[in-house]
Amino acid sequence: MVNVSDSKKYKVIGTNPIRHDGYDKVTGRAIYGADVKLPGLIWASIVRSPNAHAVIKNIDTSEAEKIDGVFAVMTGKDLPQQEDQFIDHGEGTENVAWSSENIMATQKVLYKGHAVAAVAAIDRYVADYAASKIKVEYDILDAVTNVEDATKEGAPILLNSLVGDHLGKKVKNTNVASITRHEFGDADKAFASAENVVERTFTLQMVHQGYIEPHNATAHWDEEDRIKIWTSTQGAFPVRTSTAALLKLDVSRVKVTPLEIGGGFGGKISVYLEPVVSILSKKSGRPVKAVMERSSVFQGSGPAPGGTIIVKMATDKDANIVAAESSIKLEAGGFPGSAVGAAVQCVFAAYDVPNTRIDAFDIVVNKPKSAAYRAPGSPQVAFATETVADELARLHDMDPIDFRLKNAAKEGTRRADGVVFPKVGNIEVLEAAKKSDHWNSNLGTPAAGRVRGRGVASGYWFNVGLKSTVNLSVNSDGSIVLVEGSSDIGGTRTSISMQAAEILGIGVENFRPSVGDTETAGYADVTGGSRTTYATGFAAVKAAESLIEVLKDRCAIIWSLDKNEIDFEDGTFFASKDPELKFTFKELASNLDNTGGPAASSGSVDLESAGGAFGTHIVDVDVDTETGKTDIARYTVLQDVGTAIYPAYVRGQMAGGAVQGIGWALNEEYYMKDDGTQANVSYLDYRMPTALDLPNIETIIVEVPNPGHPFGVRGVGEVPICPPIGAIGNALHDALGKRFYDSPMKPGRILNVLGKISD
Amino acid sequence: MSIQKIHVKTTINGQPEEFLTDPYVSLLDALREIVGLTGSKEGCLDGNCGACTVSVNGKIVDSCLVLAAEVEGQNVETVEGMATAEGLHPLQQAFLEEAALQCGICTPGFLVAAKGLLDNEPDPSEERIRHWLAGNLCRCTGYENIIKAVKKVAENS
Repeated sequence: MVNVSDSKKYKVIGTNPIRHDGYDKVTGRAIYGADVKLPGLIWASIVRSPNAHAVIKNIDTSEAEKIDGVFAVMTGKDLPQQEDQFIDHGEGTENVAWSSENIMATQKVLYKGHAVAAVAAIDRYVADYAASKIKVEYDILDAVTNVEDATKEGAPILLNSLVGDHLGKKVKNTNVASITRHEFGDADKAFASAENVVERTFTLQMVHQGYIEPHNATAHWDEEDRIKIWTSTQGAFPVRTSTAALLKLDVSRVKVTPLEIGGGFGGKISVYLEPVVSILSKKSGRPVKAVMERSSVFQGSGPAPGGTIIVKMATDKDANIVAAESSIKLEAGGFPGSAVGAAVQCVFAAYDVPNTRIDAFDIVVNKPKSAAYRAPGSPQVAFATETVADELARLHDMDPIDFRLKNAAKEGTRRADGVVFPKVGNIEVLEAAKKSDHWNSNLGTPAAGRVRGRGVASGYWFNVGLKSTVNLSVNSDGSIVLVEGSSDIGGTRTSISMQAAEILGIGVENFRPSVGDTETAGYADVTGGSRTTYATGFAAVKAAESLIEVLKDRCAIIWSLDKNEIDFEDGTFFASKDPELKFTFKELASNLDNTGGPAASSGSVDLESAGGAFGTHIVDVDVDTETGKTDIARYTVLQDVGTAIYPAYVRGQMAGGAVQGIGWALNEEYYMKDDGTQANVSYLDYRMPTALDLPNIETIIVEVPNPGHPFGVRGVGEVPICPPIGAIGNALHDALGKRFYDSPMKPGRILNVLGKISD
Repeated sequence: MSIQKIHVKTTINGQPEEFLTDPYVSLLDALREIVGLTGSKEGCLDGNCGACTVSVNGKIVDSCLVLAAEVEGQNVETVEGMATAEGLHPLQQAFLEEAALQCGICTPGFLVAAKGLLDNEPDPSEERIRHWLAGNLCRCTGYENIIKAVKKVAENS
């Protein structure tokens, strides 16, 4: 384990240059999706269901069509009819038939905010006015908004076409899209002979990624049936794949230009607006832009599932975990596909458990179709497992970090779903936590009327690899143009360039990186799964290595030598036998004329695994026992990042993920009314942490290099959102002597657990 | 919806500006769609995220909550007015050096808001900075580096 500041191994890696896109972003020049301007551009407005569950009886668009300034009106019937068809985005599959119904309902609305029609008009004000004149008649049905109600006898069925897969059995007339079981060893026997058994049931509510930039899309459908799309997305290529499938076009008819993206966290992978503005453009002959209102972002995009999770764990008399069992029920939203599969992979990943059984349920409810949110599924199950682990540690009168160290998953441990860990840094992170200033500090004294407690919890994300491409071209002035297809949401243009720069022995300031569109960049899967610095960085390394070979050829031509007589070291090309013959990278770049044309290279990867990562968080909370309000007094994030390429932004991911987790733990939830609609659809009521709510977040980087990457990179972005809910719950127990099994741990719930108010 | 447009004569980033606007158009939309300054961002349109923060006569406001017609005769400053031919505003430089942005969508609003603080209070405490910036939401950074950047400028001024 080394801390970044001690690392002298590299020249570029581990430094903190000014990011390449930084100047545009601090001056307001950077062009995000909503900033796109095109000649003749008109605006779309979407009509959304006010009901959580209803049959669409009729849609009357006639009045809207008559309004001056309206160019086109559409309903779901303008989208092509779809049969079930599954397309693979690398990170999860998508059923095009359901995606189409989700983008615009034709028969039933399945949640409040479900789109039913759209209009394009001269500006957004006219478009909104015209949208308000579209009349939709509904037959309102009973709604179910949690996994318990959705699975009760006689519950209203959301999707008549859904055939559930229940442990291999096909089941109709159900809201349970799938039930899976992962079993290893003999959990029942191990529980029966265990010293301590703790079983708890946890509930969590739906939460939103909360990216500040609303979804947006602009499209122009031209005379040759080619569509150009400009959008803020985590993946231009997946937008192309989805949009082409939804519109029944070949992918090459759709060109997607990714603009700067104002946050995504998993929520900007699915398409919502792209097919709609495309159809409106086809109907109007104009380029059409749509920007979601904030209330529609909450109600009509893809939040993270809530659900009910049971975790049961047992220890022997020496505090070894001998068995673990879980039932994970997550709410998919209106269509199947919650993060339940990923939750299975994560639920017991931090521990070495010989006997396990995990049942997982994907359940449709009358809420927006859930989507990825930073380590999808893992924060939910980590809350459950880390709370039970804390209880077991206390039963053994053990320090909670010692308990975790004793039972920690490490290289060779079999994860409950069968994967055997390669080299991972779980133990190194826990040891660093134990040595940290925070863990060894006194708890101190809170202000009058408050009690303080300390908690700790771990979290895991498996990370993904997938496909990426990087293209490099050498300019005559010694600079390099780097084109990649991975959306840059927070500094990856630089972290990718830094890896190529390290290989080429030149400074990263010589790079001109850009995110290309689907017709200039090589294919790349989504920026998601914490894969970009890892996988696209890997592609950059391959491209740089290939460029060295190209440039050695050029040296051979210039010096009339054989290629195998050319060496490269530390940014300099030289003849192995004649020290007089040498070029710096820059000198060579200006001497490439008449050596065979411009020098360029490409690197591609398709990586099956990525090297998972662990984090441990320590938190001190202050609870006001009169109001139930919890403040974070101190917070420390520790994480194995493999190798920190761009440490300032690694720390930024660690702190930012932790803060999203803090919001999830203490405030954030979809607050549902009895009629199945969400009550809190603005930032005022969906209360995310502000600068005033937080202390400084301390970050400790642990580096256990990933053997699967040339520089040892592990994905960083997702792990830090996993531990906070459990860590805060454990800290609240330390402060109050009461356990919390329901999230968020908001003031009312705390007063309720303290017996000061009733539900 | 054919309402007579309003003629607005104002000053934006020190330059006189005139435009025609429908009476219901927000200052944010006028800046972005009529004047062509897209640095001010739309995040919520209800005054809760601060991404559209601009300064009107030295006072910071959410431009989504101000009508375009209200800035007649006023002095509007946006993120585009912060850098000069000599270079970046110290806050812009500090945001880059402290990695105070990830996706960057909230950055213009934070910069204008922070400038609004430091123009009037050159030496604020951390608590004061956090309180002042509580009207600007950032979902990426956890705020720490933003606070550091503002403190750095305050300490060096």
